[in-house]
Amino acid sequence: MTTDDFKGIKARLGDISRRDFMRYCSIMAGALGLSTGLAPRIAQAIADPKRRPPVIWLHGQECTGCTETLLRPSHPSLDSLILDIISLDYHETLCAGAGQQAEASLAQSMRENAGKYVLIIEGAIPVKDNGIYCKIGGKTFLSLVEEVAAQAGAIIAIGSCAAWGGIPSAHPNPTGATSAPEVLKGKTVVTLPGCPPNPYNLLSTVVHVLSFGKLPKLDSLGRPTFAYGRLIHENCERRPHFDAGRFAEKFGDEGHRLGYCLYKLGCKGPVTHANCPEIQFNDLGGGTWPVGTGHPCFGCAEKGVGFTIPMFTQVEVLSPTPFARQAPIIPERPVPVSPITAALAGGALGLAIGASAVALRKLKDSPDDPDHPVKED
Amino acid sequence: MENKQPLGGRLLTGPFVFLLALFLAGVYVAARRFLFGLGAVTNMNDGYPWGIWIALDVVVGTAFACGGYVMALLTYAFNKMEYHPLVRPALLTSLFGYSLAGVSVILDIGRYWHAYNIILPWHSNLHSVMFEVAVCIGAYVLVLWIEFAPTVLEKLKAERLLKKLNRLLFIFIALGILLPTMHQSSLGTMMLMAGYKLSPLWRTAFLPLLFLLTALIIGFAVVIYESLFSSLVYDQPLETPGLSKLAVVIVWCLMLFMVIRIEDVNLRGYLPLAFNGSLTSDMFLLENTLLLAGLLLLVYPANRKSPRLLFLAATCLLLGGGLYRFDTYVTGFDPGNGWHYFPSAGEIIVTLGIVALELLAYIWCLKRLPVFGGRVLAAGLQD
Repeated sequence: MTTDDFKGIKARLGDISRRDFMRYCSIMAGALGLSTGLAPRIAQAIADPKRRPPVIWLHGQECTGCTETLLRPSHPSLDSLILDIISLDYHETLCAGAGQQAEASLAQSMRENAGKYVLIIEGAIPVKDNGIYCKIGGKTFLSLVEEVAAQAGAIIAIGSCAAWGGIPSAHPNPTGATSAPEVLKGKTVVTLPGCPPNPYNLLSTVVHVLSFGKLPKLDSLGRPTFAYGRLIHENCERRPHFDAGRFAEKFGDEGHRLGYCLYKLGCKGPVTHANCPEIQFNDLGGGTWPVGTGHPCFGCAEKGVGFTIPMFTQVEVLSPTPFARQAPIIPERPVPVSPITAALAGGALGLAIGASAVALRKLKDSPDDPDHPVKED
Repeated sequence: MENKQPLGGRLLTGPFVFLLALFLAGVYVAARRFLFGLGAVTNMNDGYPWGIWIALDVVVGTAFACGGYVMALLTYAFNKMEYHPLVRPALLTSLFGYSLAGVSVILDIGRYWHAYNIILPWHSNLHSVMFEVAVCIGAYVLVLWIEFAPTVLEKLKAERLLKKLNRLLFIFIALGILLPTMHQSSLGTMMLMAGYKLSPLWRTAFLPLLFLLTALIIGFAVVIYESLFSSLVYDQPLETPGLSKLAVVIVWCLMLFMVIRIEDVNLRGYLPLAFNGSLTSDMFLLENTLLLAGLLLLVYPANRKSPRLLFLAATCLLLGGGLYRFDTYVTGFDPGNGWHYFPSAGEIIVTLGIVALELLAYIWCLKRLPVFGGRVLAAGLQD
């Protein structure tokens, strides 16, 4: 990306250096599990204002935590980039207008961008009694989702509620809370479970679509594999303690204070797919995620685990052994001395001492030596 | 000014050819190192990032090359002009010792093609001890060549240039005294950074002072050793009276060194470590026994008059002082994690090649340049 290209971005984003912007794009490529060499392509896509996809964001049965987490990242200018990568046409929390005005902008965007806009669903959809338990602008959320999804270019279900039901669907589920993929059967729905989900996973998915014109690779549950391809247990920072058999047995015991594995306290890391240990939360680094703070993972992102299995119940470990044999802490390192080197070193030293010994024999004790006269001063 | 003349004589003697063969073997291994990297030739590893190329060729080697430094110190700084005949041969060994220590550093550093950055001021890291040592040694090599230049100019009969140089020479002589004082102590400072990886038998805040003292002791010892040895080989008159006066200086330096060395270990409470039968304890005992033997030999004035005992004492001091420096860098150093180090055949061959080159160049200069002063015995020139 040339400096000229960048001028447009700077005009839109305000105070950002070209270096910071390219670094941001490289981080994005890294988060997507792509080569950082693709950063220029990502930069190009973000830089092109014509390609900003219109986004319609619907809220159902939820706590708005997903939206909040999206506004949280402290990475410089991330929030402004979110608002600039996409054209957020309708979002009930962030809308400037209210009531009729807001609903009008939804209708207008759907009409103008039919087949092109991205629908992001936050929250579960109550289907019991024809969905009367959640209404917006006089319409049930169920009918709203079906109507907007019908003409959407891509559908993303953000958060555990939209992805698999989440807390509203927990037993006894009085409203018949249902996930977006179940309501929109037959459509491809990208799911980004988590309570809250990591904002970078949404951002990375959108950037992938922008840069490469297609969705990232998804698993059978619609989760992007770059973020949900592995168990938390596999990349957990406390995994070496698990492998070594060092466990916290009780909250506050010595093992807990020393940062040992939290499995015995009911950690759901061994059954939950998410990238929390790798990218963590809020750009603070060093341990800003549940396990990092000393609390076992409760499996918020996994259907049938979060809000289902009690928080401190132990789960079965799916991959009990590490992938490879560990390197020994103090490896065997033989002394690298061979007969040849010993002979060489000994020979050299012997030669020097031998030469000295010969000289010593030739020199006399007395200062008066007829063979070797002393020089006169 | 003394009348100095080349020794003359045939160059290609048996020992000369043997040294030449050693040197060529060293060149072969060095070429392999530059083409295929450190791993192909050396036994250095992540635990021991330096080996004998640093410990022997630089740390011990530059001490052995301190003859020029101590003689300049004695002759010019303390104005003892009676030692002037010894300056040139001492300077010559210093010249080769230091120049080849520089070559050794280039061999030792992983990415040698970046080495030129050391002379670019905008790349200088002024907080690095190693930078200080590198710049100091680099500058000193240059100074040594200038200090030695009159010898070459005399040979070339470049009278005008010689006159000009002689007028400015005092600056370079002053630098030639200042620079080794700086970097010889810094070589000790460097191992302070090793912290607990260095055995407490060697790790002390006195390391810089001890290294400076060993530079002086080894420097004087090497002058004695070399003078007697080359007088013997080339049938020159012995310089015993001058040498025994040098021995007095050694005694004072050595007494100071031994008191600090032993008492420092004792006061810190680590003396029992010297008797636990491990390799480090044995090396500690060996190096100090050698130094003590040198001290006991030289402390009696009668012994200092005997060429044989002078030579024996100098040999003890060279071995003991060299071992002290070698132990500080290799034997006393344990990086943990099971790392071991013993030089590979390639490393030893390169080191031998470097020593051989030094001797070759020294022999060539003795025979072809006006290095030795005083009477030259015409009868002794055949070999």
